[in-house]
Amino acid sequence: MTSNAPRNPGTPLAPDWFEGVAVNRTAAQRRAASLTTRRTVKRAYQAAWLLNAIRCIDLTTLAGDDTPDRVARLCAKARRPLADRIVDGLGLPAMPQVGAVCVYPTMVTSAVKALSGTDIPVASVATGFPAGLMPLDLRLAEIRYAVDQGAQEIDIVITRAHVLARDWAALHDEVAAMREACGAAHLKAILATGELQTLRKVYAASMVAMQAGADFIKTSTGKEGVNATLPVSLIMTRAIRDYMARTGHAVGFKPAGGMRSAKDAIAWQILMKEELGNRWLAPDLFRLGASSMLGDIERQLEHHVTGRYAAAHRHALA
Amino acid sequence: MPDTPSITEIMTTMDYGPAPEASDTVQAWLEAHADGFGHFIGGAFTAPADRFEVQNPATGAALALVSQGSEADIAAAVKAARKAQGAWAALSGNARAQHLYALARHLQKRERFLAVLESMDNGKPIRESRDIDVPLAVRHFYHHAGWAAVLADEFPGQVPHGVCGQIIPWNFPLLMLAWKIAPALAAGNTVVLKPAEYTPLTALAFAQVCMEAGLPPGVVNIVTGDGAPGAALVAAEGVDKIAFTGSTGVGREIRRATAGTGKALTLELGGKSPFIVFADADIDAAVEGVVDAIWFNQGEVCCSGSRILVQEGVAQAFTDRLHRRMETLRQGDPLDKSVDMGAIVHPVQLARIRDLVAEGQAQGATLHQAAVALPEGGCFFPPSILTDVAPANVVAQAEIFGPVATLGTFRTPEEAVALANNTAYGLAASVWSENVNLCLDVAAQVRAGVVWINATNLFDAGAPFGGMRESGFGREGGRAGMGAYLRAPARKGRAASAPPAPQAIPLGAAPAGAGIDRTAKLYFGGAQKRPDGGASYNVTDPRGRSVGLAGLGNRKDIRNAVEAAHKASGWAKVSGHQRAQVLYYLAENLSARAPEFAERLRAMTGVRAAAAQAEVEASIARIFWYAAQADKFDHAVHPTVSGHVTLAMNEPFGVMGIACPVAAPLLGFVSLVLPAIAMGNRVVVLPSQSHPLAATDLYQVFDTSDLPGGVVNIVTGERDALARVLADHDDVGALWYIGGADGVRAVEHASAGNLKVTWCEVEGLRDWSGAEGQGRAFLHRATQVKTIWVPYGE
Repeated sequence: MTSNAPRNPGTPLAPDWFEGVAVNRTAAQRRAASLTTRRTVKRAYQAAWLLNAIRCIDLTTLAGDDTPDRVARLCAKARRPLADRIVDGLGLPAMPQVGAVCVYPTMVTSAVKALSGTDIPVASVATGFPAGLMPLDLRLAEIRYAVDQGAQEIDIVITRAHVLARDWAALHDEVAAMREACGAAHLKAILATGELQTLRKVYAASMVAMQAGADFIKTSTGKEGVNATLPVSLIMTRAIRDYMARTGHAVGFKPAGGMRSAKDAIAWQILMKEELGNRWLAPDLFRLGASSMLGDIERQLEHHVTGRYAAAHRHALA
Repeated sequence: MPDTPSITEIMTTMDYGPAPEASDTVQAWLEAHADGFGHFIGGAFTAPADRFEVQNPATGAALALVSQGSEADIAAAVKAARKAQGAWAALSGNARAQHLYALARHLQKRERFLAVLESMDNGKPIRESRDIDVPLAVRHFYHHAGWAAVLADEFPGQVPHGVCGQIIPWNFPLLMLAWKIAPALAAGNTVVLKPAEYTPLTALAFAQVCMEAGLPPGVVNIVTGDGAPGAALVAAEGVDKIAFTGSTGVGREIRRATAGTGKALTLELGGKSPFIVFADADIDAAVEGVVDAIWFNQGEVCCSGSRILVQEGVAQAFTDRLHRRMETLRQGDPLDKSVDMGAIVHPVQLARIRDLVAEGQAQGATLHQAAVALPEGGCFFPPSILTDVAPANVVAQAEIFGPVATLGTFRTPEEAVALANNTAYGLAASVWSENVNLCLDVAAQVRAGVVWINATNLFDAGAPFGGMRESGFGREGGRAGMGAYLRAPARKGRAASAPPAPQAIPLGAAPAGAGIDRTAKLYFGGAQKRPDGGASYNVTDPRGRSVGLAGLGNRKDIRNAVEAAHKASGWAKVSGHQRAQVLYYLAENLSARAPEFAERLRAMTGVRAAAAQAEVEASIARIFWYAAQADKFDHAVHPTVSGHVTLAMNEPFGVMGIACPVAAPLLGFVSLVLPAIAMGNRVVVLPSQSHPLAATDLYQVFDTSDLPGGVVNIVTGERDALARVLADHDDVGALWYIGGADGVRAVEHASAGNLKVTWCEVEGLRDWSGAEGQGRAFLHRATQVKTIWVPYGE
């Protein structure tokens, strides 16, 4: 997949873009709660939205017991995310593809090999994922390693301590250095929002990451106690909107962790459409970091085709 | 039905597509009642008669035929309610609780049916009827099932009014029904409910729910129709209380119609509620708040935030974001699950909105509307914002009751409060700031019955809701709402005869035992003032002998006294402790002069010395009791929804008028004035007409007690004439009148002008010397509840 969005070159650190910005938690929660009660999609529209979610999924495995074969199986699912009968039943011209496959750095070669002949990019986490508490030079070296292995996208983690201590310069410098290490690979900055806790800090960290040149901002590693939530995502999308208004640069958004259902896939797409518009429903500006979501989407789509409820064991495992 | 595009086509547009809620069950119900609905009286439906058509405002299609209620129908319904009331009230609280619980359960079992029916009848989006109206209605019945269960413990000695006539509007038909019926039934009242002409269908469905739930016949009666049966219900013999939600205009008519009838009255009326955004607010949150404030229920909400006030400096950013937000609003078929706004309830209301907006534009306002695709036909009006609205513009003052808000700016918190309070209404306010100090300060200063901080349109059965000023009086929800359906048992005393008219003709006799001449003037602003008319009237003892002269106050004296009372606004701001200290000191100083006051009472009224002394002692004790209450009449924090502190503050009215009884010239005065001022009110008092000198002797006691000037203002003279001036005064917030039946009627009637809160009682019914003359009930009457919602969480 090639990106249509010009890359975000970043800006010098500008704390005044975020330091005065208030975020009211209960108001954000109310808005987030009513997003999915104010909007829904049914029938063909639901099928289309679920298919759109598939092309935005970063199909992910980030487990200690990952092996090359496990990664290859995931890549096979990435190539053929739906059973042929569902693709035919939906009247699709071609098999849909996921947005990317996301793995640990040492699994990148396996993934690249398994995806050869497709244009599905391999994304690698890096920078001491998930905690990021490694010396900076090692973290940068890890990025370069993953890129060297063929990763086209790098999901970095930020140093949470910089946010908690409001050391915005250190955060900006760090992410900017990572962005440089990425070279042509796109950088997704994982904010680990569950550990930042307050939504004001989420907004500030989002803005600093974008100022440092992040191509995407991403909610979570999937390893924090609280991962992607709609209120957090709402605040990050508002930061993206504000950054766009100031710089003209469109930065992508990736919620990750905790999203498992087709319903979640619809909910986050509603958020993107409502807060940022249709442009952010395409995989170059929107990804869903999830591993089990695809299975539920496939079952829902089969139900759409057959009118019967589907069983996971009749679909290929990811 | 247009062809559905292919899945691949949809993937390029990523439109939402149609998402209609099924209406087949409702359609089947309507078809089953194709002959029309009768009234629900005595547990059964009457045969349909004099039918009129109810329409779906989104399409104009006929939904049902409903009967136009007659005076006879109202009389029959009141009779059925009366017949049922004794047995209903005689049930144990627990038994009534079980009935209310059953109603809540049965409503819940029909939740989708009721939501769809409501949206079809009213035009509101199914999202709202499904997620807000119906769940809140159910919650109201559950909450009040609880009140029934604990009533005897929580409201000891209180009794139900009897038969309640209830008239509800078309904007939240089922929810307003729940707000009216649930507390009435919990208290042991029976009801006759008149739903709105445009939206009677969920009330009729509720009647069937009552039957399903096994509610005894006659406990709930429903008569449909236009304003005529409503007026008949207000006028009906045998109705003990009227509860009305609707326009301020009709509320005024009802106030006049019930004046002097002894019917209790609560009114939930219109509003023009401010929505105040400070520079440090979460601007996106505030923009989203506007969506919930004025585009909720098509803006047909009495407490909608229809006057947006934004602090200069963020006004442009706020406006830009608001306009951007308007681009994503969706409007259309109310049964579509993906619309934010549905249809205006009726062509008449649509025309009113259009006319007001056009007039506002003609007066200089600029209109900005969302570019929503409106369906063909049906009553639709798009989300709208008016800017360049001068304070005198009609759209700045009139309640539009549609999806139209005005947007203006302010500079300072003080100016925000001034603009917010620049309205005849006082229903709600919304305050947006991340500074808790500022939020609470502004919440304290806005004149509104409900204040939402960083939120808007939050409701819960446990939170009192209701207005100040011309938004009405009485509360619904919570303890205060429950209290509105209860009363004290009837007083046993006999009505007193009217006092003789004040005589300004010189008697030609000096008071017995007079030393240096004492001149009882009027008293306002902490100073003694000669009466404007330059006249005095004779104060005589029961045998007609002169005791002295009192100033004969007139209209202008009332005007001056009210102005002086307004200037003493600092009294409401000092702590309860400080007020208590002044009042204790007052008691101390009165005590020091007790023999003199006793002698004065004896001389004026002819009572025995012991009785006079007892009245003075009782007065001193009563002053102590209210001094004690000044810092003990607690506000409340209600458990409502999680993550919110919901405060119920007992706030003073500001300036009150008090017309004292003729008898008990000192104790009657103290019994009424002390609870009022202990709570922070300033008062204009008309003391005992025949025996005013006990009050005028207090001037020096007030002065030596450090009572700030203007807190108590006294105008002697002809009680009923002066009370009438107070009742007519638009800047008097509440008026207590103890006097003749004619005076009661006149005061209640005239109070319709600014819808001031009145408490009127015929003199003689109450024994001022006993328990009836003192208590928390007086403090409740001296205050109005302001509910402040404070969400929390960082």
